[in-house]
Amino acid sequence: MLEVRGLGIRDLVRDVSFEIGAGERVGLIGESGSGKSLTALSVMGLLPEELTASGSIRLDGRELLGVSEKDMSRLRGNELAMVFQEPMTALNPAMRVGRQVAEPIRIHGTHREPRKAAEELLDSVGLPGTSRAYPHQLSGGQRQRVVLAIALANNPKLLICDEPTTALDVTVQAQILGLIRTRLAERSALLFITHDLAVVAEVCERVLVMLDGELVEAGTTREVLTAPKHEYTRELLAASDLEARR
Amino acid sequence: MAARPRNTGLVVGLVLVGLVVLAALVSFLWTPHDPVKVDAAHRLLGPGGANLFGTDKFGRDVVSQLMVGARTTLYVGVVAVGIAAVIGTPLGILAAMTPRWLGEFVMRVNDLVLAFPALLLAIMFGAVFGADTLTAMVAIGIATIPSFARIARSGALQILSSEFVLAARSAGRSRLTIAVRHVVPNISGLLIVQASVSFAIAVLAEAALSFLGFGTRPPTPSWGRMLQESQELLTSYPRLALVPGLAIAVAVLGFNLLGDGLRDRLDPRLAARL
Amino acid sequence: MSVKVLRRLAILLVSVFAASIVVFLFMAVLPGDPAQVALGVNATPELIAKTRAEFGIDRPLVTQYFDWIGGVLRGDFGRSYVTREAIGPQLLDRLGVTLWLVGAGMLIAVVLAIPLGTFAAVRHRKPSGAGVSGLAQLGVAIPAFLAGIILVQIFAVRLRWLPSGGWTPPDQDFGDFLRGLVLPALSLGLVQGAVVTRYVRSAVLDTLGQDYLRTARSKGLRPGQALYRHGLRNAAVPVVTVLGLQLATLLIGAVVVERVFVLPGLGSMLLDAVSARDLLTVQGIVLVLVVGVLLVNFVVDVLYTVLDPRLRGS
Repeated sequence: MLEVRGLGIRDLVRDVSFEIGAGERVGLIGESGSGKSLTALSVMGLLPEELTASGSIRLDGRELLGVSEKDMSRLRGNELAMVFQEPMTALNPAMRVGRQVAEPIRIHGTHREPRKAAEELLDSVGLPGTSRAYPHQLSGGQRQRVVLAIALANNPKLLICDEPTTALDVTVQAQILGLIRTRLAERSALLFITHDLAVVAEVCERVLVMLDGELVEAGTTREVLTAPKHEYTRELLAASDLEARR
Repeated sequence: MAARPRNTGLVVGLVLVGLVVLAALVSFLWTPHDPVKVDAAHRLLGPGGANLFGTDKFGRDVVSQLMVGARTTLYVGVVAVGIAAVIGTPLGILAAMTPRWLGEFVMRVNDLVLAFPALLLAIMFGAVFGADTLTAMVAIGIATIPSFARIARSGALQILSSEFVLAARSAGRSRLTIAVRHVVPNISGLLIVQASVSFAIAVLAEAALSFLGFGTRPPTPSWGRMLQESQELLTSYPRLALVPGLAIAVAVLGFNLLGDGLRDRLDPRLAARL
Repeated sequence: MSVKVLRRLAILLVSVFAASIVVFLFMAVLPGDPAQVALGVNATPELIAKTRAEFGIDRPLVTQYFDWIGGVLRGDFGRSYVTREAIGPQLLDRLGVTLWLVGAGMLIAVVLAIPLGTFAAVRHRKPSGAGVSGLAQLGVAIPAFLAGIILVQIFAVRLRWLPSGGWTPPDQDFGDFLRGLVLPALSLGLVQGAVVTRYVRSAVLDTLGQDYLRTARSKGLRPGQALYRHGLRNAAVPVVTVLGLQLATLLIGAVVVERVFVLPGLGSMLLDAVSARDLLTVQGIVLVLVVGVLLVNFVVDVLYTVLDPRLRGS
């Protein structure tokens, strides 16, 4: 469903290729600066102005790189959705939560009553009755649920999560992960970026490992976490407390 | 990439300010003609020849007036900004270091002063004491105190919450020592930026006041008054207004660019937060 | 009305009261007495004494203050020491002219600054954006009276499109009123527009880097739509502050522009009163201007809480 071939962004990301099938949940791990987020942003077509991606990114066979801003914005929030790392700043402080959740529905015209649909979405992420609240009245975990509701609004084919739980404390992390697993439609694909191997083990079926802008290892979660091939993955495993938690 | 035009700004600012300062310094030693000598035989001469920018309606040399006028501009700016910095900075630091209610009070008084803009204050002073360079400088200075107090207070509040100040406090250093050793040196960059920006505002205010007849008195040359004196002759001799007008713009632009450039040189995050 | 607004209202009232005392004392403690100043050096002691009694200047300061401020609250600013006419009605008349001028100037400034500043921010890496920033920087350096002189030179003297000065009240001939207002309002508005453009640019630039704008894009909004729907409201918060401060500056800047265009506003009334040494009139005008500045600051603070929900008490 998503096919990335020879993706390059200056020397920050080099020759990255991978595929994600419908309904597949894939983890992308690596330390900060390894190019994980840039890879995700280039799929969304939201790279910073000064960067451009080369290679090929296809969604259901359609090329995404070099597509006009207008066509790309039709996909974003509809077939492609993204949850960001920092929930505290990801929402517009001057707009009520309900309107922010209703917006992707309104933009893409996917529901006759966006307001009502937004309230249902907020219910489904466990925030009933919050549609008239402003973001500053919610906690970090609650705000991340709102961001998740926005991302799930139109049942995207691909949901990208960029370290969605890193800024949250452990109990809240578990709630958000639970929501992602239960609320994401069966047929939707997930690209989950993290540096937390425990989270990968919990959520993902397959894992991609990035180092210094290159993809160094790929395989099923079990393979990569039990029999890592690359030296770097072994170091990652050794450094994590995954064993201890088991 | 984005930093390049800003750096150019700093350089251009330095050059423009340098130009004004140079003109003022040279005027102490030499001017092409006597700037205040009225010469009926040489009224309204065109540019070129013995008078580079010509002469005004009293036959005074425009270039010489411009050079001595730079002196007035800088003099007023230095004294006004000096008054504002010397009074405003300690007030701001005081407001940051004293108990909450006292700090609140100082800032409320500050807001009250803010309601008396420089021009209005100068006109009030003029009404009571008779207007001249001194009343203009003092009025502009007082009106500028609040901006220094504000910047000093917010800068000081930030320094005071930093770890090295907490360390100094726990080592038993007195408030005064902390203010002098830690706060002042750390906010000096901000104050220099503020001084540069305030200087530009002071130049504009002095020009406006002299234009209205509430600033520098004749015969001392001043750019604002040169403009006012040439207003009636604008149709036939536009250069007489444009030359001092341009001088004012050069000085203001110079100090503004200098201030902006210096601000970017400082920690930009700190500047943005204040 | 929230507690915050009430608190701010209380601060406004205290500030106005304090400002009126400052203005009063400033005029009262001057060297020499106002009757002497108004009548000139040749006045006989008898005449001065008579005038002092007539205007009540011989009473204690406290009585004088409360008499004055009590009158002001009823719209009575007293009688001029010089012309012996009531100050209030003329002051009100002149204030109208100044408000038209300031209002029109502000309108021009805002209409120019919001699109130009936004443009300069969105295109800040491109030459066109840098060009607008540079022009704004240049505009800030030009005094309003110089702008006025240049505008008169071009549009009144050379092209003869518009009058070089003078004032027609709007209820007399609205066309003449507008024609007379254009150049003075432009001289104020162009320069202020440059100042505000710079602030709009930096506010929008700040907003462009915010995470919520990226969220908006990820919903499917195009860059322009995202900025319009999510950015401008947030950028408005710092800009409104600046507009308030600038409105205060304009109120005072009008003094100079009124002189250039010979407009019968509060500024020219103030300057005339100072030349005539008519201190009670000066006192009244200064009070009106200062209260105007305080009022603008109050409105800005209240607007602030309207624009930024985070500042509303919960």
